[in-house]
Amino acid sequence: MDLEALKKHAKNIRINIIKEVSNANSGHPGGSLGAADILTVLYFEVMDFTKENAGSLDRDRFVLSKGHASPLLYAVLAEKGVIEEEELLTFRKLNTRLQGHPDLNELDGIDMSTGSLGQGVSAAVGMALANRLDHNDHRIYTLIGDGEAEEGQVWEAAMAAGHYKLDNLCAIIDENGLQIDGRTEDVIGPAPFEEKFRAFGWHVISVDGHDFTALKAAFDEAKTVKGMPTCIVAKTVKGKGVSFMENQAGWHGKAPNADQTAVALKDLQEGE
Amino acid sequence: MAKATREAYGEKIAQLVQENPKIVVLDADLAGSTYSAKAQEVCPERFFDMGIAEANMIGVSAGLAASGYIPFASSFAMFCTGRVWEQIRNSVAYPHLNVKVVGSHSGITVGEDGVTHQAIEDIAIMRDITGLEVYAPCDQWETKAVIDHVSKTDAPCYVRLGRSKVEDVFDENKVFDVTKVNVIHEGTSRIAVFCTGLMVQSSLEALPKLQEIGFDPTIVDVCAIKPCDEEGIAKILEANDQIFTVEEHSVTGGLGSLICEVAADRCPRRIHRIGMRGFAQSADWQTLLREYKLDGQGVFQQISEKLK
Repeated sequence: MDLEALKKHAKNIRINIIKEVSNANSGHPGGSLGAADILTVLYFEVMDFTKENAGSLDRDRFVLSKGHASPLLYAVLAEKGVIEEEELLTFRKLNTRLQGHPDLNELDGIDMSTGSLGQGVSAAVGMALANRLDHNDHRIYTLIGDGEAEEGQVWEAAMAAGHYKLDNLCAIIDENGLQIDGRTEDVIGPAPFEEKFRAFGWHVISVDGHDFTALKAAFDEAKTVKGMPTCIVAKTVKGKGVSFMENQAGWHGKAPNADQTAVALKDLQEGE
Repeated sequence: MAKATREAYGEKIAQLVQENPKIVVLDADLAGSTYSAKAQEVCPERFFDMGIAEANMIGVSAGLAASGYIPFASSFAMFCTGRVWEQIRNSVAYPHLNVKVVGSHSGITVGEDGVTHQAIEDIAIMRDITGLEVYAPCDQWETKAVIDHVSKTDAPCYVRLGRSKVEDVFDENKVFDVTKVNVIHEGTSRIAVFCTGLMVQSSLEALPKLQEIGFDPTIVDVCAIKPCDEEGIAKILEANDQIFTVEEHSVTGGLGSLICEVAADRCPRRIHRIGMRGFAQSADWQTLLREYKLDGQGVFQQISEKLK
């Protein structure tokens, strides 16, 4: 694993997230920045996803259940060479392939249309069942927001995945502790996730969602687990890398203005 | 012969699941009632009970369809449409995934279970979803034709079925085009009755009573709710003056509304909508049809009152 290369990818991805949201004057920067390291490891170290096989089902697949982190997914696809960086500037604009929330039919590399919270997880369960029926070894990954896990459907899906022992399924909880109305623990308290997923028959791994090595180890461990799905509970910092956005619920779904964008890009360029 | 449309579904899906390795069957703890258990019996490896978790069942179906499978997901009509409307819209219809939602126990004839289980809004809420096809067959033969048809199309759809044993309208030799309206009786009185589901049988029961008092309406079975056979409907509207619609469904948003829409676009007519105008209640299904004037006698009464 080339840590320097991963850092570079994550930095580019974060810079592009800010550019997308700033240019669109709309979108969700906080959660996108926070989960950037998770997806960097997933797309560059774990999944067999390439520019060439992006349009195929014959590979590992990823469902962005927290579909509002679309700027992150699009930035990852640009970093993988599936789309040109310039296209990122069409995000949320008329006739774009980069819809506000990901649209399966617009772009190779988008494995499910998501955006209405809680629904992507179920689709990921369906894909894992399909892979089992097909007797292939491809794995299904899905990223769930901690706020998103307040949706009951997440737990319906968790129950089904546990019941059907879907060891080809790996969910990642992006636990940044914030949602639109404030701190998750103040809003409704969806945590603790570890105990809940364990109770539903999942193997659970807790990691620092910004530690590339720990994330890679967690994904590797998940691949070895048989007879149950794996949930990686990743502690993250919402808005990670942009000083004024870090740990601020207010940056969940708000675009930075020109001055703020300049500061954000400077933070990211000068940051690690 | 009398057979419930849900039972016909079970027989047909059990056949198709063996013929087509891409078909998978899902249910939400009602496999015995929806008869999807017949598919489970012959092909347990492609049957998934998702438990009493309909939202997840629809999402899992979407994931299976996104992987090239053709999922048939069944439950009571109330729970696989109303409870999961948004899942069907966002996880199935918007990405145009090839999911077949099959709702049994539709309408008031679910009977004694009462209002919580009586879907009288399912046609309305399903047909408003972009790209989702909607079919409401009336008997076992039409049901089998619909299930066969949707198994071969690449489109998300909803099929509306019933609980009660219903008389055959057609027979096994009938060759169906389930995308077109089906004129069952060609009348002579410039009166047309559009009906769907079990109300085809009620309308056919009303027919001889209407003929006795001098009216001979054309009876039209509308199984293809969406896309509807607009040409076929318009032609019948043009050929008739008095129009009735009969459905075991709310008179808003269902078949009655559909015919009004086509009439508004193509051929304005006075249209009398017969159906439910509020919640029903618990009772056996024949009693409920009588109470809400949706049995043969009730449909006869409602039509003849307007014709007087």
